[in-house]
Amino acid sequence: MADLTKNTNIDEPLVKVEHLKEYFPVRSGFKKLTLKAVDDVSFTVGRGETLGLVGESGCGKTTVGRTLLQLYKPTDGKVFFDGEEITQKNINQMRKRMQMVFQDPYSSLNPRMTVEDIIGEPLDVHKLYSNRKERREKILDLMKLVGLNAEHATRYAHEFSGGQRQRIGIARALAVNPDFIVCDEPVSALDVSIQAQVVNMFEELQDKLGVAYLFIAHDLLVVRHISDRIAVMYLGKIVEIADSDELCDSPVHPYSQSLLSAVPIPDPKVTRARKRIVLEGDVPSPLNMPSGCAFRTRCKYATEQCAKECPTLTDRGNGHMVACFNK
Amino acid sequence: MNNYDINKTPKKQLLSMQIDLSKFEKATEEEKKQQDVMSESTTFFKDGMKNLFKNPLAVISIIVLLLIIGVIVVAPMIVPYSYEEMLSIDGKRDKGAKNLAPFEYSKAEQAYMEKGGERFPHIFGTDEQCRDYFIRVIYGTRVSLVVGLFASIIVLIIGMIYGSIAGYAGGRVDLFMMRIVDIIYSLPDMLVIILLSVVLTNVLSFESNSFLAKMGTNMVSLFIVFGMLYWVGMARLIRAQILSIKENEYILAAKSIGTKPGRIIRKHILPNCLSVIIISTALQIPSAIFTESYLSFIGLGVQAPMPSLGSLANSAREGLQSYPYKLVFPALMICLIVLSLNLIGDGLRDAFDPKLKR
Ligand SMILES: Nc1ncnc2c1ncn2[C@@H]1O[C@H](COP(=O)(O)OP(=O)(O)O)[C@@H](O)[C@H]1O
Ligand SMILES: [Mg+2]
Repeated sequence: MADLTKNTNIDEPLVKVEHLKEYFPVRSGFKKLTLKAVDDVSFTVGRGETLGLVGESGCGKTTVGRTLLQLYKPTDGKVFFDGEEITQKNINQMRKRMQMVFQDPYSSLNPRMTVEDIIGEPLDVHKLYSNRKERREKILDLMKLVGLNAEHATRYAHEFSGGQRQRIGIARALAVNPDFIVCDEPVSALDVSIQAQVVNMFEELQDKLGVAYLFIAHDLLVVRHISDRIAVMYLGKIVEIADSDELCDSPVHPYSQSLLSAVPIPDPKVTRARKRIVLEGDVPSPLNMPSGCAFRTRCKYATEQCAKECPTLTDRGNGHMVACFNK
Repeated sequence: MNNYDINKTPKKQLLSMQIDLSKFEKATEEEKKQQDVMSESTTFFKDGMKNLFKNPLAVISIIVLLLIIGVIVVAPMIVPYSYEEMLSIDGKRDKGAKNLAPFEYSKAEQAYMEKGGERFPHIFGTDEQCRDYFIRVIYGTRVSLVVGLFASIIVLIIGMIYGSIAGYAGGRVDLFMMRIVDIIYSLPDMLVIILLSVVLTNVLSFESNSFLAKMGTNMVSLFIVFGMLYWVGMARLIRAQILSIKENEYILAAKSIGTKPGRIIRKHILPNCLSVIIISTALQIPSAIFTESYLSFIGLGVQAPMPSLGSLANSAREGLQSYPYKLVFPALMICLIVLSLNLIGDGLRDAFDPKLKR
């Protein structure tokens, strides 16, 4: 379905994010503070590619996804979609090409709407049908595509289970036939038994439709399974970005190492051989970030330089980018 | 998975744990359907209505209200008297039919009936201007209900539009709009109503025979006043609702689709605060009726000869010692309407929004 003719700049990556910043003004008492939820983030997502984005909760993953889609106005930085800058202009037409699947399958579906109307809304908004019959056919096709029973089109969302609801959310995102979908922890609210089904469905849909994903999760195992490349985030910054296998097999940044060491591995030999790296201390408050490298307060390699300067992403070969002075 | 051939599976050995497939029957289509774990399909509205009809007080109130509405619709067709004309027999004024007690006939009427004429009884008696009191109370009820309904609808429309814009826009727009609301809220409403009715009476003029002219400028100014003053409560309520509904991810989802703000408000936000809207409108009606009665009582409501429950009660005050029933009928009517509307409103609240229950 992904129509190659509409891609005007084939050599360009589909999505290019440059120095994206999102600061939230926060009031505490009479003081006005800025919360740097996303601070200078750059990455690209190629056509039909999946970029995984991992990090502890509260590190700004959701904010990256939403700012990228211009649901929040970026404080600074640029986002290019298919070679066109979308940060400044009215992008209602662009919305047809980039969509989002939300984390919470309960609050992301309007409880007063039927499945048919939820999935049909993008069709209505962009007038993608010529008559009622065509609308209905499209909706039923979408429901089939995500594995929903077409008989349930007139049901309300609250009658479905979490996994089914997430499928409704995916069908809604697919309705406009997008090139790019931000998946914001689409499986973390689901039962473990259902997670695998939904993740596999994302993969199948990608094979069928050629859609690119920004796949956000805090579970590295899920992300490794589906991603071509993975970016690791810590307190609003990307600290490491590399090919999926490379990052999982030989992480460089101390934070990525500790994240990976917490992932259970089914092979007992490997598990025994590996030492679990436990991070000391808590995540600092994003309102009161440490100077220099944000991770230095919990990093055992931290030096004086880390407190003074903020490390930037540097290439360690093969497009493996790491932001650390000491590793 | 689904097509096991019974004949292909190895034969069951004695004492083996192998399942004997020949003992199993295939599930029929109907049985497969039963496996679909789905709750009964109910809409929010059906659900709420079902709850409402479980509430005895609300059901009784609905019946009472329906009865009253039935009577005020049907009675003017049956009762041969008009609310504004003095009683007359064969075109001659019946001067004796003054202040009759319920079901009493005047002397002229008795004479007329002895001659074989038919005369409809004066169920509530007559007033001191020889008018049938029953039909006046009926018309008074009509006026009061219409006023209550229209005033509430005006309040609802203005409050809904204003509240949704303020709530949806948020930020500075919200701040500014809500300060205006605060200012209006702080005005003493009775004073404003009285001042406005005095001013508007001089300003407004209608064609002498139109419906509005019959209602009287006071009545129209009452609508205006209601529209201008009482929407603020509704606006505040709806804004608060919208602020909380706006936080739901489905609003963000709608934005990410590219839905325009107007459609988001109409399709996503308002249906989700529908319960609050229904409830507060239902509770607004009796308060509007009450205000109308009060104003008519102090002489600022409908214009004579059009009766309203308040003005009827007011004129009954003069002869209170001799004809107490004249106060009882309109007062009882006000009580019945206000009470049943309040109980219905409460019932709606409990049925649609159990969270609001105190
Ligand atoms: N609309 C907002 N206003 C203020 N602060 C916000 C807002 N959204 C997110 N934040 C803050 O930004 C930080 C990152 O949040 P989020 O992107 O949701 O993290 P994640 O998705 O990785 O868990 C958090 O500290 C959160 O409190
Ligand atoms: Mg998140």
